[in-house]
Amino acid sequence: MAVNPEIAGRAYPPAGPYVVSRAKIAEFAEAVGAVDPVHTSVEVARERGYADVIAPPTFAVVIDMFVGKTLYDDPESGIDFSRVVHGEQRFTHHAPLTAGDEIYTTLHVDQVRLVGGHAMVTTRTELATADGAPRCTAVSTLVVRGEDEGER
Amino acid sequence: MSEQTTDLRAVAVGDQLPGRTIHLTREDLVRYAGASLDRNRIHWDEPFAKQVGLPDVIAHGMLTMGSAVQVVVDWVGDAGRVVEYATKFTAPVVVDYDDGADVEVSGTVKKVEGDRATVELTATCRGQKVLGRALATVRLDG
Repeated sequence: MAVNPEIAGRAYPPAGPYVVSRAKIAEFAEAVGAVDPVHTSVEVARERGYADVIAPPTFAVVIDMFVGKTLYDDPESGIDFSRVVHGEQRFTHHAPLTAGDEIYTTLHVDQVRLVGGHAMVTTRTELATADGAPRCTAVSTLVVRGEDEGER
Repeated sequence: MSEQTTDLRAVAVGDQLPGRTIHLTREDLVRYAGASLDRNRIHWDEPFAKQVGLPDVIAHGMLTMGSAVQVVVDWVGDAGRVVEYATKFTAPVVVDYDDGADVEVSGTVKKVEGDRATVELTATCRGQKVLGRALATVRLDG
């Protein structure tokens, strides 16, 4: 099955909430070697003006993995995830993801490009709190390798 | 690590950030798989990785991206100052069972505009660039 270019422009219903916890932030921070105490000490976080501990800059992937599986689940996408390679990633932070945040994610398919047997699918996930305050925009470009090509 | 040592008012284009070598082992990959929920077997199962055509187990691109930005966080003094961070994944980081992998990370200030500075990160493993156009924008204000 080939990637369906007609999924471009699609937006999926919001998913969530994902409740950001101190424990998950601490676990993720350790895994990426993030030693800034703003991830683990509420005291330090509050001294710097945050409501609670904040997440490292790439933490949004956790939320995406947890709730943002709609594109994978869309039977019309035609995407075989065993053929997907992560090509690009961008995070724009409107405000740091903070412990206690209840996050809803909305997935958009911004672009599908077919390039010499491959498909490049650009998705955008908007992360916002329950009352609509934007936290992060995560843009991913996935490269879906063509069927007739050997494994790389 | 907690105290900001960089004078943010004096940041200028061309400034070099203190670089570092990030040593990654299979254990780090398993830890990241658990923490990130990305449990793809290519990151921890060597026979599986080879079966799908990879030379060996490879690190999550997002682990390399997430680790590399710490050079910027340490320099700017607060993770919350990173307002934008983007990269391309240009080559896999192959993590050897015995020796792991070393990723060399360095950073240079490319742009200063108002209260924002953009740092370009370079990350290489075994001489090959693993991140491409890795740009982190930080807030320099108050």
